[in-house]
Formats: sequence, structure tokens, C-alpha cells
Amino acid sequence: MNKTFQNLFDTYNWDDTLASINAKTAQDVEYALSKTKRDLEDFKAFISPAAAPYLEQMAHLSKMTTKKRFGNTIQMYVPMYLSNECQNICTYCGFSMTNKIPRRTLTDDEILKEVAFLKAKGYDHILLVTGEANKTVGVPYIKHAIELIRDQFANISMEVQPLDQHEYEELIEANLYAVLVYQETYHRDEYKKHHPKGKKSNFDYRLDTADRLGKAGVHKIGIGALFGLEDWRADSFFTALHLKYLQKTYWKTKYSISFPRLRPHSGGLEPKVEMTDKNLVQTICAFRLLDEDVELSMSTRESEVFRNNIVHLGITSLSAESKTNPGGYVVEPQSLEQFEISDERSTELIAEMLKQSGLEPVWKDWEAFN
Amino acid sequence: MNDILNIAGKKFNSRLFTGTGKFSSNKLMSEAILASESELVTVALKRVDVENEQDKMLQSITKPHVNLLPNTSGVRNAKEAVFAAQLAREALGTNWIKLEIHPDPKYLLPDPIETLKATEELVKLGFIVMPYIHADPVLCKRLEDVGAQCVMPLGAPIGTNKGIKTVDFLEIIIEQSNVPVIVDAGIGSPSHAAYAMELGADAVLVNTAIAVSQNPVQMAIAFKMAVEAGRMAYNAKLASIKKHAEASSPLTSFLN
Repeated sequence: MNKTFQNLFDTYNWDDTLASINAKTAQDVEYALSKTKRDLEDFKAFISPAAAPYLEQMAHLSKMTTKKRFGNTIQMYVPMYLSNECQNICTYCGFSMTNKIPRRTLTDDEILKEVAFLKAKGYDHILLVTGEANKTVGVPYIKHAIELIRDQFANISMEVQPLDQHEYEELIEANLYAVLVYQETYHRDEYKKHHPKGKKSNFDYRLDTADRLGKAGVHKIGIGALFGLEDWRADSFFTALHLKYLQKTYWKTKYSISFPRLRPHSGGLEPKVEMTDKNLVQTICAFRLLDEDVELSMSTRESEVFRNNIVHLGITSLSAESKTNPGGYVVEPQSLEQFEISDERSTELIAEMLKQSGLEPVWKDWEAFN
Repeated sequence: MNDILNIAGKKFNSRLFTGTGKFSSNKLMSEAILASESELVTVALKRVDVENEQDKMLQSITKPHVNLLPNTSGVRNAKEAVFAAQLAREALGTNWIKLEIHPDPKYLLPDPIETLKATEELVKLGFIVMPYIHADPVLCKRLEDVGAQCVMPLGAPIGTNKGIKTVDFLEIIIEQSNVPVIVDAGIGSPSHAAYAMELGADAVLVNTAIAVSQNPVQMAIAFKMAVEAGRMAYNAKLASIKKHAEASSPLTSFLN
């Protein structure tokens, strides 16, 4: 089976796809709302301009559907940045190679200090994050980090550079549960502009990362686009197309979708295409209405008010108190961040907010049996 | 008119597959199959006299547009199935095989474990395998993984004419499948066939309901029309059942 997502992706044209989304009518939206099993054409209707007046209805349906499948719970996770060393140039990222910031990769001792802090907060699901610097934070470093902390966390995910299948297999063997890898944008030319240098400039290698993960047998794959680089409607559609392809192909794997919007950072980039709060809610609801089971994740990039409300509208996993700099929790809180978070409330406050609004924060929902 | 079905590179205009069992005469069988316009007709290898090229039943369905689909009915395990498939390939000159393994002679329910085993082996031997199975979504994916060219989940126990009793599972199978889904067994009336097609099944296989009807030729035509109507309705996208939205406090007012 040598087919990958790229084979399917290449049959689509960006402009035609966007035009077909924009051509959806109120009637298409109403039809999509009334169905129980929905397809990608329905998804297009939900993310189209024609769906704007239906946002409240979409939100109600999304809330109901999410509650039916996930109940009144929210899975809690926290990111831990291990390194800001990076050999890529990404125009929107604080860790971009050309940014003159002090570089740091956590030692074992430092990792354990950060871990102790996060464990005390109650976290059992952790997301390890690095830049792409193969000599210092390649597979051996990541594997070592997983082995170092795996007795303390029930569930370990990572968000690092795309790897080869055999490398994923090695890390999964070491108890890696999930890998998040965002395409940033599915617009091939725009992607090139934002990733002019480094291994990340290879669009196709990144595009087929989820296939390599599926073949390696990872438990969960997280995908998404960085909204703001290109038109969010088209990027949402291609994310949904990717999701549906992966679900059909790697049927033993779970999937999650994230919704990062461009945030300020040192050396910042202004969004090319703005995605408003309303647009973001529309997109989240559209994913839920397309798929009742997919995990939808929300980071601290968004504001307090937004997060207080969105946890009821389709989101199923949430981070809190995140630091986006290596050592940010205790080792070196003052170092430069990858991006500024928006919701700075403590884990305790977030847990309290969830409980007050009738949601139970879940800290542990996995056990590795291998 | 309707879109063309493709299984393992072979194209079918008709999405109604039929069988050869239970007819009162070969003549009636032949007429019914012709009237159904079916292009794939399954025949139990155990009923064919493979030594005799003049086998009457085979002769009566040998038509240019009718493809024979030998089935392994009667075998009880993977080993017997592989043997039967090889025999069929030699005798009938086709590498297509409808895999039926039912150790239980009463309900003829398919054995999922032996079916998976046999499918894997037959695919390696170059067969186009069409496995008859329970409406089990996981089994369907496992069969797809080992190279089955389609899956044939049952709608109800074979021969019962009870209709699409496995609808919830068929819907999952249809949603997930990368290979054609053919609903096999249990379809007792044209409305059942139309319903299966409306759900998105790629084809249906009907035998008993045609063969045992008072008028098999008329019934074959009725099934042909029902399958076409169901497929057309699926492609045209069914109007949905109206649900009333419940009024409650606004969820998106925080955006204003």
C-alpha cells in the first residue's frame, strides 16, 4: 500500500476548492444541518460565508453532539517545551533560525524539575515540544526524554519535526502515545514562502507525515492548519479532507484536530487572512458536525472569554497555564517564548472554571499496556 | 444513467448481483437472470459438475454479459475454502471467488476467523476475493487490510427474506470502507434492496427472493428497478427527516 494522502491531495486545486466553498448557499447549510451523517460537501457548507447566520444553530447541534459522545468532561493536557534550537526558518515562529534569541535544550535535571512542577499541578497527559535541530534534539534525545518521564505520565504526546516511519516506531515502542503535526497551510506556494529554509521547506514530506505515523501504528495523530497564513476556509477543508482520508486508511488510530491562530511572537508576522472569533467558532462546530468522535483541542492561544465559552461548543481537550519556552515553568521562566499565550490563568483556575460550568476536568485517561 | 460500479478493475452497469440456487428449473433461472440484467451471477461450485463441460445449469447462464462468480458454499474452514477456490479457478476459468465459509449447516452463518484466514491466502494466490461475512465493521477493515476486493456483509440471516436488519452496522461499514460494500443475504423484497442502496451500499446480491417467488421473472425485473431507484436516490441525496431544534439560551452571544 504505497498510496498516501498526497495522491488524493494532488487531485484538488486550491482556487477551485475555495470557490466551491464560497458558492455554498443557505439551502446547502440547512440541508447539512438537517442530516445525521454528513460528508465533506456538508462541511464546506458549514465553513462557507452562507453559514454565518446559522452559527447559533450550529453551536447548539455541536454542543449536543459533543455531549452525547464525550459527556460532561474535558481532557486536560499540558505542553512542555524541551528545546528552542531550530534549523528551520518559519516566518511566523519565535524559534525561527534567524531570530537572535538565546538557544536552550533542557538537560535531564532540568526536565525533571519542570516535570515535578507539572505533576504537582495534577497533569498526567503531557505534550513534548521541540524545534527541529537534529544534532541536539533528534530522535535519540526525544527517546531519552520519553524514557526519562514515562513513569510519571500516563500519556505522552509530542509535537516535533516530521520523522521517518522507523523512527516513529522506535518512539512508540518507548511509550509515545500521540504525535501532533500541523501542515501549517495546505497552500503549496504559500507554504514555500513561509518555510524558505531547512528540512521543513519540504511540503510533501510534511504532508505525508500522518501516513508514516499511521503505518507506524501510533495511537493518535493530531492534525491542523495554522490559521492566518492563508484562507482559513480552504485550509479547514483540506484539514477535513486529510482527516477523512486518514480515518479510512489507518482505522486503528484516533485523531485530533487543533485550531491554532497566528499569535504575536518576537519578530512577528501579521496574519495574511484574518480569522475572527466567529470564524473560529464556525470552524470548530463544522468539525464536530462532520465527525462526532474526533477529538477537538484548544490551547491557551485563545482568550479567557473565548475559552470559557468554547469548552461547551465542541472542544474536548484543553491545556492550561502553558509556557512556550524551554524551562518556562521553573527552570528559566524569563526566556523568550515561541508565541505569547493569551489565557494566562492557572491550572487551578481553569479547573475551577470548568467545574463551575458543569464540566469535569479529566487528568488521566490512558494507560500503556505494552 | 446510474454510475458504474468498479470491482477490482472490472466494470458493472448493473448493481444487482444474483444467484443460481432454488429455482424450479434451469430454464426459469436463465430467464430470470436475463430479466434482472445482472452481470454477476454466483454459482455454488458444489452444484457444478466440473468434469462435464455440458453441465446444464452452466450452459443455461452462459451469456456474453453474465460473469460467473463461483462460491465456496459448503466448505467449513479456510483450508477447504482455498481448495474449493482453486478447483473453481481450474474448472470455470475465473479467479473471482465468492468466499462463503459456514461451519454451521443450519443458519449458514459465516465464520469470521476462517474467512479472514482464507481471504489472506487466496489474495496471495491471485484471487479476487468477495467474502460473505457478518455485518462486522472491524472484520471488514481487517479483510480490506489483507486485500479483499470488496466485502459482502449480510442484511439478515441468509434465506430469511427479513430485510436489512443490520442497518446500524452496515452504515458504519459503508462509511469506513475503501472497497465496494455489497449487501448479501436477507434481502427479501425489492424495497429491502432499494433501502440498502439508499444507505450507500455499492450493490446487493439477491437469490432466494427471486428464485422462490411465484413469478421469478417479474420479481427479477422488480429487483432490477428497485436497485436502480435506490442507487439513483442515493446519488441524488435524500431529503432529510425534519427535526425541530430546541430553543435554549444563546451559545454564541459572547461573540458580539
